Amino acid sequence: MSTTQHLQDFVTQVRRDILRQVHQVNSGHPGGSLGCAEFFSILYQEVMEYSSDFDMDGKNEDLFFLSNGHISPVFYSVLSRSGFFPVEELKTFRKIDSRLQGHPTTHEGLPGVRIASGSLGQGMSVAIGAALTKKMNKDSHLIYSLHGDGELQEGQNWEAILYAGSKGVDNLIATIDYNKKQIDGATDDVLPLGDLKKKFEAFDWKVLELKEGNDIEAIKKTLAEAKALTGKKQPVVILMETEMGNGVDFMMGTHAWHGKAPNDEQLEVALSQNPETLGDY
Amino acid sequence: MKTYKNTGNIDTRSGFGAGLAELGKSNPDVVALCADLTGSLKMDEFKNNHPDRFFQIGIAEANMIGIAAGMTIGGKIPFTGTFANFSTGRVYDQIRQSVAYSGKNVKICASHAGLTLGEDGATHQILEDLGLMKMLPGMTVINTCDYNQTKAATIAIAEYDGPVYLRFGRPKVANFTPVDQTFKIGKAVTLTEGNDVTIIATGHLVWEALEAAKELDEKGISAEVINIHTIKPLDETAILKSVRKTKCVVTAEEHNMLGGLGESVARTLALNHPAPQEFVATEDTFGESGEPLMLLDKYGLNAKAISEKAEAVILRKE
Repeated sequence: MSTTQHLQDFVTQVRRDILRQVHQVNSGHPGGSLGCAEFFSILYQEVMEYSSDFDMDGKNEDLFFLSNGHISPVFYSVLSRSGFFPVEELKTFRKIDSRLQGHPTTHEGLPGVRIASGSLGQGMSVAIGAALTKKMNKDSHLIYSLHGDGELQEGQNWEAILYAGSKGVDNLIATIDYNKKQIDGATDDVLPLGDLKKKFEAFDWKVLELKEGNDIEAIKKTLAEAKALTGKKQPVVILMETEMGNGVDFMMGTHAWHGKAPNDEQLEVALSQNPETLGDY
Repeated sequence: MKTYKNTGNIDTRSGFGAGLAELGKSNPDVVALCADLTGSLKMDEFKNNHPDRFFQIGIAEANMIGIAAGMTIGGKIPFTGTFANFSTGRVYDQIRQSVAYSGKNVKICASHAGLTLGEDGATHQILEDLGLMKMLPGMTVINTCDYNQTKAATIAIAEYDGPVYLRFGRPKVANFTPVDQTFKIGKAVTLTEGNDVTIIATGHLVWEALEAAKELDEKGISAEVINIHTIKPLDETAILKSVRKTKCVVTAEEHNMLGGLGESVARTLALNHPAPQEFVATEDTFGESGEPLMLLDKYGLNAKAISEKAEAVILRKE
């Protein structure tokens, strides 16, 4: 099987996992999760060097930090299908006594998660800290992070963006899930972010624009480009334009599915658009 | 009555700086972060000796806490330094999610706590920080009394794996803790033995409690003074042992009565051994500008206030 076919099957299964997780507890955030299914799949299946035998310190591994923790369904699906914990455990998402909390946390010891996130705007700082420790440890592996675009309205991000640019934290690749939507509607209506490329550049970041953020080849190419830009005294950011709800026709083109689960009928339609590939949990 | 000699007034923040400098030599995993208050926090020696392990974050405390949390991933032991107000209230959610809930080995070191920050006034004089920090699950909360104890505590918390809030202050105060006294987290130090009243003090008010004990001794009242340098976990054994003997207690802290040491002691007594208690603490108020000693007097946080409360609580014994 070609790697692309494998990735396509993986992404489709991840979409099924996302939909089934939020449906089974009638809560959670499918929209952003679906929009980032390709990104997570490529990162964990092809790009990052890591051990699925989880160790918190992650020395001599690439590390990933999810700042917009509400898209936990995609994170959990990809972690489990990358060997961090049994896929069966997806059944426990958001249920009592689960390691799969509504928002990701280290608190219950879920392998693959290195920081709690959910209260927005904190992940960039954490990623910078981990990047600085990698440098102190003379560990040449990279730090990857993901942030929502609406999340950039939190001020702490700009403290972190200023720091990383000014101090040349060049072993960090931050990706912005640029779907231009947030809970209350279009980001342009809630609080416009303006020209993000210019803003990051003004803070001395290297900016890559990824217009096809749901296209496997485009994401692979951009991540490779980003990796090649590390180690050059500048942090790297990817502005990844995604479609919230991608892969489910009635969830696309709207912010309505940011934090809403499908009902039984809607789930059936959604799953029929994403046929089982690697086996449901 | 056992008495203590003040070996010379010196600020507790200098004890922190000295402890950090020593850690710089002894523990290569210790790193320090500061939000533009390196001189005030006495972090210069560490910074000069270990520039590769010192991080000037700028005036961006939220980012500093997050970076510190991230730095623990890979084995570093970050010590953050800024004023107590900016170490807690300003960054509460960052500490809550990225440090406490995430169980990160970050040492949040906070100077200029309480009224004795002085002239800068209430914007900077936090009197709520012990409460904020002790409410966080898993957070260890320490408030040291003098230079020697602050230095020892700074060194001790590097050996402990988990989040810690270490609170100290700005003014020069009596230094009386033996220089070789080991700091044990969560283990109270009984300074004087007495039978009539227990005085449980923390931070700058420990010396004031000793002064109060002397005044009380002259009146024929024997006070047992306990230095509770660790607010959480609280040494309940030491507290209960003493109060079972004296049957009453005064708590003393440079902090709001609501949420501070006094309430932790009251909870301990209510659950185990109810006894009359008086509080030396600010009474749900902000501070104001002024000279530290005058502020302590105005807000009733000194030896005089402690001895008055001690006499009052003794009268409440059954």
